Amino acid sequence: MKLKSTALIASLLLACGASNAVTLRVANQGDVQSMDPHSLNESLQLSFDTNVYEPLVGRGKDMSVVPVLATKWGQTSPTVWRFELRKGVKFHDGTPFSADDVVFSFKRAADPGSDMRGYVAPIKDVRKVNDHTVDIETVSPFPILPDTLTVFSMMSKKWCEENKAERPVDRRKGIENTASFKANGTGPFRLKERQPSVRTVIVRNFNYWDKIEGNIDEIVFTPIANDATRVAALLSGELDVMEPVPLQDVERVKSSGSYTVLQGAELRTIFLGMDQKRDELLSSSVKGKNPFKDKRVRQAFYQAIDEETIKARVMRGAATPTAEMVGPGVRGFQPDMNKRLGHDVEAAKKLMADAGYPNGFEVGMNCPNDRYVNDAAICQAVAANLARIGVKVNLTAETKNTYFPKILRRDTSFYMLGWTPSTADAHDALYNLMATPTEQGRGQYNLGSYSNPKLDELTTKIQTETDQAKRAEMIKEAFKIHQDDIGHIPLHQQALAWAYGKNVTLTQLPTNYMYFKWVTLKAKENAR
Amino acid sequence: MLVFVLRRLVQAAIVMLTVAFIAFMLFQYVGDPVTNILGQDATPEQRQQLRADLGLDKPFPVQFARFVSKAVQGEFGLSLRQGRKVSSLIVERLPATLELSMSAALLALLLGIPMGVYAALRRGTFLSQTMMTLSLLGVSLPTFLIGILLILVFAVTLKWLPSFGRGEVTALGHWTTGLLTVDGWKHLILPAITLAVFQLTLIMRLVRAEMLEVLRADYIKFARARGLSDRAVYFGHALKNTLVPVITITGLQLGALIAFAIITETVFQWPGMGLLFIQAVNFADIPVMAAYLCLIALIFVVINLTVDLLYFAVDPRLRIEKSTGGH
Repeated sequence: MKLKSTALIASLLLACGASNAVTLRVANQGDVQSMDPHSLNESLQLSFDTNVYEPLVGRGKDMSVVPVLATKWGQTSPTVWRFELRKGVKFHDGTPFSADDVVFSFKRAADPGSDMRGYVAPIKDVRKVNDHTVDIETVSPFPILPDTLTVFSMMSKKWCEENKAERPVDRRKGIENTASFKANGTGPFRLKERQPSVRTVIVRNFNYWDKIEGNIDEIVFTPIANDATRVAALLSGELDVMEPVPLQDVERVKSSGSYTVLQGAELRTIFLGMDQKRDELLSSSVKGKNPFKDKRVRQAFYQAIDEETIKARVMRGAATPTAEMVGPGVRGFQPDMNKRLGHDVEAAKKLMADAGYPNGFEVGMNCPNDRYVNDAAICQAVAANLARIGVKVNLTAETKNTYFPKILRRDTSFYMLGWTPSTADAHDALYNLMATPTEQGRGQYNLGSYSNPKLDELTTKIQTETDQAKRAEMIKEAFKIHQDDIGHIPLHQQALAWAYGKNVTLTQLPTNYMYFKWVTLKAKENAR
Repeated sequence: MLVFVLRRLVQAAIVMLTVAFIAFMLFQYVGDPVTNILGQDATPEQRQQLRADLGLDKPFPVQFARFVSKAVQGEFGLSLRQGRKVSSLIVERLPATLELSMSAALLALLLGIPMGVYAALRRGTFLSQTMMTLSLLGVSLPTFLIGILLILVFAVTLKWLPSFGRGEVTALGHWTTGLLTVDGWKHLILPAITLAVFQLTLIMRLVRAEMLEVLRADYIKFARARGLSDRAVYFGHALKNTLVPVITITGLQLGALIAFAIITETVFQWPGMGLLFIQAVNFADIPVMAAYLCLIALIFVVINLTVDLLYFAVDPRLRIEKSTGGH
């Protein structure tokens, strides 16, 4: 009898345990393309996969660099870094994590099929010192190595070999790869079910090396591409968290009473660029010379654009106007320099007249229409602003699939771009956006070829300067040069928009990463 | 008969080739998947290399020839977006689309025919007037609007039905079905209605018009003169003759249902082929787009062929004309 009742209680407890499992239902506009953390350099995939796989070094809630699979690190010489690995960490299949896995993961990330190659390019060699220590040697002194390492994750050598997944999927050769739909990481969650484009389920890893702050046992991730459906699914109680909230629905979701919308500034900065290289613009009424080479014209454009109105009308408040090419959260952002030149049509007209264009001119503008929040609408607003100083803008707005190849060919005179420094460090923006383009790939997104040798020199120094105080000074100087030259016209940082039930607490990072280990879901008082 | 079938098959092959050709021409304007694949941190050389590896730098005729020679073997390569075989992606998505389209087709037929008959027989009554007015709405409202309205009413406001997805599915070998679970049925209702509305109203209006036409025919008058019951006249004679064009249209519309499920699938995040296609377009995932367009062309060709053959079987006049060598 006693036995029976004990069994009964036990089974009741089990049943309760099962029904009390905390499930978080999450939707995003897109799907995670692959479970393979090295296969695609896209923030949604990296964000999701980082709950399953972990890097050596991660980001804290304040974007600071924190230990994850490495417990401490330091430089043993200007080009060599020693990383102490965390002991007692196990992959989801039970294999212990060791230095061999680290060496293997770096090799895998450098494979031609890998999308992480850019991040491991500064690395010359990774050497195992002992089971829990590795040395990483860089090609040249590389002060932001830990920042770079936050982006890519460690995989199990044994598991990858057993599953013939030693290399990331190579779309060119047409061979599928197990790591695309299976996963074996060290992260706080394990992959339970993967139905591409339908649902992906991850469950809590009870053998996780750290205490998990949140209380989520299971995450059901669903892509819902259609904005209206995604909002409807949230409001009808079928979801706990969804992002992004379309700007026009933010008020509606808030006013429902049971949902919160969290709008934090994203790291991405939206800006306009101008061709300052060609002697005659590709598409302009001005022949024989390039008006953008004249700083007065660039400044006139800057001051003619009414960013406050763009923020209020086009972005419905969900933007932070900026005067810099990187936003808060990026190392090197200068709070004291973040003051835009005032919106002043008269001053702009005068500058145009001084530059020899009292009646303005005609110029073509290129813009994506499906890449950034309200991108095409922003460009329309800019065109309307510029009309007031006599500049007639011929706007071409097109899909990102045709837009990016075109502007990367530098087939543009005036364009829009958004940029998130993937290392969260100013050097990334200086090197890619502001420095003079070279054959080696510097300035490859400096599509208007803005050029100032002093800035180039500083960029090179910043790359290898290991004294952080000196480095910070140089970044400031470089930003000042760019701002004084009006190399580009920064517009704003767009806002992220996550919506979630009032019973959910979570942390939003400016990188738009969603860490489920920080999510807590309180049981609702009344079941639906 | 054999000659007829053979001739149709050759025509079908030409149609397929033409579709593939046009599809490929369009891809020249869809854009470049390379930046989508490599992201912002790739070097120009890496991009150029990938473009070359994927064969995207080759002239259009070369790309097309390569595609056709592979497609004939049923090989469409890997999805650039998902890194998975296109053929397995399609096989995975086909059941969802077919289940949705078939449910919609059945719904349209089972409701459309009786409603059409009623509207023809009871012309002018309040109910048939209402049906005709509503059918006008059904024809003119765009699908996505109907879908969103249904979601708003039944999911957000009433909370009776789910707003997205396919729900719980059961796997039967390669086939997955949502029809074996209550959850699956619940998820099917709204998308099926959304997709069916246009077809339903079309069938209803067609049946009504045909029925009115037939009822004026001499043989109906004779049938009445012979003293047959209303029921025998309406359903035994009139409806039967009404159905020939209805079957043709329905058959052809079935292809349209499968192809145009795209919008319904997008609104309801229904994991079918249409959704796959839309996602592929957003990414410029050329292998998936090409395979989808070819498959849809194939479905249309097969349906048309079947309808033609059915005609041959159903309509005796066609056969007589053939055997007498035609006049």
